[in-house]
Formats: sequence, C-alpha cells, structure tokens
Amino acid sequence: MNKALSIFLRGIVIENPLAIIMIGLCSSVAVTTSVANGIGMTAGMVFVLLCSELIISLFRKVIPGNIRMPIFIVVIAAFTTMVDIIMQAYFPDLSEAMGVFIPLIVVNCIIMGRVEAFASRENAGHAVLDALGMGVGYAWVLIGMSVVRELLGNGTILGFQIMPESYQPVLFFVLPPGGFLVFALFIALNIALKKLWLGQDYKGGK
Amino acid sequence: MPKLLEILLASLLINNIVIMRFIALCPYIGMTNDVKQSIGMSIAVSFVMVLASTVTWFLYNIVLVPLDLKFLQILVFILIIASLVQLVEFYLKKAAPALYMAMGIYLPLITTNCAILAVTLDNISENYTFIQSIVYSLGTAAGFMLAMILLAGLRQRIRTSAIPHFMRGNPILFVLSSLIATAFMGFAGLIK
Repeated sequence: MNKALSIFLRGIVIENPLAIIMIGLCSSVAVTTSVANGIGMTAGMVFVLLCSELIISLFRKVIPGNIRMPIFIVVIAAFTTMVDIIMQAYFPDLSEAMGVFIPLIVVNCIIMGRVEAFASRENAGHAVLDALGMGVGYAWVLIGMSVVRELLGNGTILGFQIMPESYQPVLFFVLPPGGFLVFALFIALNIALKKLWLGQDYKGGK
Repeated sequence: MPKLLEILLASLLINNIVIMRFIALCPYIGMTNDVKQSIGMSIAVSFVMVLASTVTWFLYNIVLVPLDLKFLQILVFILIIASLVQLVEFYLKKAAPALYMAMGIYLPLITTNCAILAVTLDNISENYTFIQSIVYSLGTAAGFMLAMILLAGLRQRIRTSAIPHFMRGNPILFVLSSLIATAFMGFAGLIK
C-alpha cells in the first residue's frame, strides 16, 4: 500500500514531468492560451498515457526486447489517433484551436519515457497509478498556466468575465513571450515546492 | 515565386517553430549547453526533416489518398520517421564514418522530435505542393537552427551572472526565451 501511494504521489511534485524532468514540453506550453484548451489537452494526454501504460504493462512479458520501441510507438500512435478523431467529431472547436498539437501527443516524451522506464517493468496496477500520478502532475501545471494566462491576458476564465469591466487585458500573456514567462514562474514554483516537500533549502542542505 | 519566398520567411522568422509555436522545446532546452553541440543537433534535425517531408508527401499523395486511408496518417508518418532515422544511421555508419561520429549521437533522439512530425503534418494540412513543402521544411529547419544557436550563445553569457537562487537552472532559460520571443514578435508585420 505504501509503495502504491508513493508511486502515485511521486509524479505530482518531486518528479513532475513538465517542471522537473522537463519532458513533453512541446505540445504543452503552446495550448495554454485558454483554460478550455488546457483542459482539453490534459484530457487527451492523460487518456493516451493511461491506456498506453496499461496495455504495455499487460503485454510486457510477450513483447520482445529488441523491437520494443516500434511496438510502443504503434500503441501510442493508435491511442492518439483515437483521441484526434474523437475530438474532431465531438469537440470540433477545441480540435480546431489545438490543431497540430493533438497529433503531436505521439511524440510526447512523457508517454514514451514512462512506458519505457516504468510500464514495461511493473504490473498493471502500478502502471495505472503511475499514469494517474503523472497525469495529476501534468494537469496542475498545465491548467494552472492556462488559468493565469487567460485571466491576465483576456480577463476571463473558461469564457466567463472574472476581472472588473475596467480591467485592461494584458495581451502579453496570451502571446508566446508571456507563455515562456509564465512557464518559467511555474518551474520556479515547482522547484520551491519540491524543496519544501523534501525539507531542503536552496543551498542544497537538509 | 513570391509565394515560395513568403513560405520561407514565415517559417524561418514570423512563425519560428521553436520560439513562436513552442514545438521542439525539448532539444531547445536540453541540447543547448554549448554552441557546438547545438549546431550538430540542428544539422541532424534539418537533414531528417527535409528527407521526411519528401517521403511523407509522396506517400500521402500516392498511397494514402487513393486508398482512402487518411486517418492512418499519424501512425504511418511516425513509423516512416522512425525507420528513416534508422536507415540514415546505418548509411552514415557505413558510408561516412566521420560524419556519423559527429552526428550519430543525435540521430536516435530525432525520432521523438516533435518538429519533424509537425512539419510533415503541416505540409498535408496546408495543402502544399511538393516544391512548397520542401521550401517549408528548409525554412523550418533553418528557424530551428537559429533558435538553438541563439539560446546556446545566450547560455554561455549568463553562466557567470548572478541569478536569484529560485530562478537558477531551468526557470531562467524560459525567461531568456521569453525575451527572445519578444524580439521575434517584431517580425510579425514582415509579410502583409
């Protein structure tokens, strides 16, 4: 039970995929201009991660070691295609807004990394917990960023006006430079949280 | 002809793939520790990018469209890129060992480089002709190289700067990128 809990908690702060390990950035930072996009991207990403880890973990004993990479890619690409087609059918606006970033889930290093480093060695239960933990870690950074950017850049959250009428939106935050800046602050925040969690200070001591 | 120039400029500066579209951020952050390494990575990426857009363009228009298998494009493209990278690796090892030594370590990383898949998918969704897609991939590759070298150069300059503790390491790189992106915003009006 303790091991299961630690697998789940690890992905949230200590090994946060976006802010600490710094993988899977490509399709992540770009979509955070609005909260709806952030939620859509997280949903697609977590679905693909969960399904791929589960499938690979179930079949890990029959996958030959030499050709495991192509097999992983095919599994991930199949789930990504499903997400892409489902989004086009049921959420056409969201699919339009995210464009090429949905297909890019295939080459998202988070999925490949977790499948290779974790799911191909552990049992299905642990793989699901790992996917969920990583998913929560991914979600709080991505959705947090999109809340900050939409609120400051547009004065709204999910399209509802939050800021008072007199608020002049800061366009900077929805443009690419703002994306980089907000992401920098989120990484700094995550590093600070990690230090707090592990009880360290910035000098590296305990 | 003006159309080609427009595609080249747009992919190189106005819609720079790294700075403006956030694609391929992983090598941008991970491989820019020194200028030499970033140039090696960019050359390897450019080479595979042009090759991959050529192959996927033909495959899409000659095989997938007539057979009505467009929905398989993600799966097919990523397999093409993975096998292309492998073939290039074998060929270089045999034919140009010196080049292999210089480029070899970067090649396996390219399979999961978002930029390559993004360019091949863009070629299809923008309905580019063959010549246009080659120009687009060349421009994007040059844009990638520009961004890599810019950041690698800046990283060398900040190595001795006094940076606040909480911004050391990765956060300051994104603040730098933010400033680069602000400069790139200036290109926005280049093409009407």
